[in-house]
Amino acid sequence: MTALVTRRALPGSVDRLALAGAALIVLVVLAALLAPWIAPYPADEVDPVNALLPPSGAHWFGTDQVGRDVLTRVLYGGRTSLSIAVAVLAVSAAVGVTLGVVAGYAGGWVRDVIMRVTDVFLAFPALLLSLTLAVVLQPSVTTVVVAIAVTWWPWYARLSAATAASIANRPYVDAARCLGVPAPLVVVRHVLPNSLTPVLVQLSLDAGGVILTAAALSYLGLGAQEPVAEWGLMVQQGQTLFTTNWWVVTFPGLAILVTAFAFNVLGEGLRGALDPRRIVK
Amino acid sequence: MIEVRDLQVAYGGRVVARVPELDLRAGECVAVVGESGSGKSTTLLSLLGLTEGADVSGHVRVCGVDVLTATPRELRAIRGARVALVMQSPQAALSPTTRLGVLMRRALRLHGLPSGERVLAEAAEAVMLDPGILRRYPHEISGGQAQRFAIALAIALGAEAILADEPTSALDVTVQAEVVGVLRRLREERGLALLLVSHDLALVSTIADRVLVMRDGTVVESGPAAEVLSRPAHPYTRELLEALP
Repeated sequence: MTALVTRRALPGSVDRLALAGAALIVLVVLAALLAPWIAPYPADEVDPVNALLPPSGAHWFGTDQVGRDVLTRVLYGGRTSLSIAVAVLAVSAAVGVTLGVVAGYAGGWVRDVIMRVTDVFLAFPALLLSLTLAVVLQPSVTTVVVAIAVTWWPWYARLSAATAASIANRPYVDAARCLGVPAPLVVVRHVLPNSLTPVLVQLSLDAGGVILTAAALSYLGLGAQEPVAEWGLMVQQGQTLFTTNWWVVTFPGLAILVTAFAFNVLGEGLRGALDPRRIVK
Repeated sequence: MIEVRDLQVAYGGRVVARVPELDLRAGECVAVVGESGSGKSTTLLSLLGLTEGADVSGHVRVCGVDVLTATPRELRAIRGARVALVMQSPQAALSPTTRLGVLMRRALRLHGLPSGERVLAEAAEAVMLDPGILRRYPHEISGGQAQRFAIALAIALGAEAILADEPTSALDVTVQAEVVGVLRRLREERGLALLLVSHDLALVSTIADRVLVMRDGTVVESGPAAEVLSRPAHPYTRELLEALP
């Protein structure tokens, strides 16, 4: 067998779009992290006299019903929304990948049990299950995280189980066993690290979805509660004013749109770049 | 070192390998030859108790351990440290996300052996590899280097025997000669025993002391290499020899 000299093909358009997505994400994350320093006003400063002012030099994104600066709220809202996304994805990936890798490597009845449990969770429409959980638990940011993570981990379990099952038959896994490496170590050192690439792509693709779902739950009053700044909650509070005071709902809405879009574009770009079918001679 | 009597390996009632007798002593090289699917590799794996889901019967003794009745812990203790396996596809046998040096160090620690830089470098040099290669990832080395690394790993672990499954079939001719040269030298210098599975009779004739010819899971002929290869008794052995280019 001759060794192929390969390189990854990155068609310019996809590559540039993915880079733009990554740049946008960096910008959003920085804005959220630096909110306390760059926000023009304190987060919860109520100023009824200046309520519902349109965008101006003093308030770039205008003010809301109680006179809070919308730009400030969007910046702080990013902290909440991104924290939710990170927490949900961390919990989902940790639980899902662990179960999936064990199922994929062990096979047999272990896989059957884990995958059937996974199927039960997948059988419920995700938003419906999240909604039910959010109703049962007290509305809060933590509730949103729990409710979304419960519906999100099965996808990671299924993805990792498939990858791990194919990795488990690779010669280097056999080689490790031939060296006397115990099964748990084989999983941790060889199966897990080599199963992570598709998970990384999925994480990026999912980040946008999680932010949208969290926004939806908050919008329905089941997530973040006043006075917490959260994009979904801000959209919900501003929607009745859309025809009269468009800025209250538009800017948090745009923030959701731009962030979700950026993560999706980055995920698609990563998927393209890491797809073996794109490797050319 | 390795003693096999009446070994039979079956999957779901179908016998895939039957070996009435196979002995490997220190410093000796025994070759198992036959075409693909003749049960050679299965025989090799069964010696380390690595044929999962198979019904294995008979008597297999490796380094004093009865493989068929041994506990998982006893089996892990002989795997790698006493009997090492060198596989057919050298690069595929190395985890792509692990540097070679890290891999070797972990294997040494696993078996409670010293794993200092010096040990690693000496093992690499024993197979004529530049120790600098230990900082590389598997995709950064050639097939021949990967195969020599697998042998270096066996040496570092102090293996007394190497089971090699088609160790040169994935390599080009000049690299094959390199790997065979290393194996031959280690045999002479360290008394390493070698159980070679191969369909390459040219390779077998240059290195093996004794030969087992397998077909359809059964040993059809066995004896000293010179004798079997020059005066084959079984028609199948003659067929294999005639197929040589």
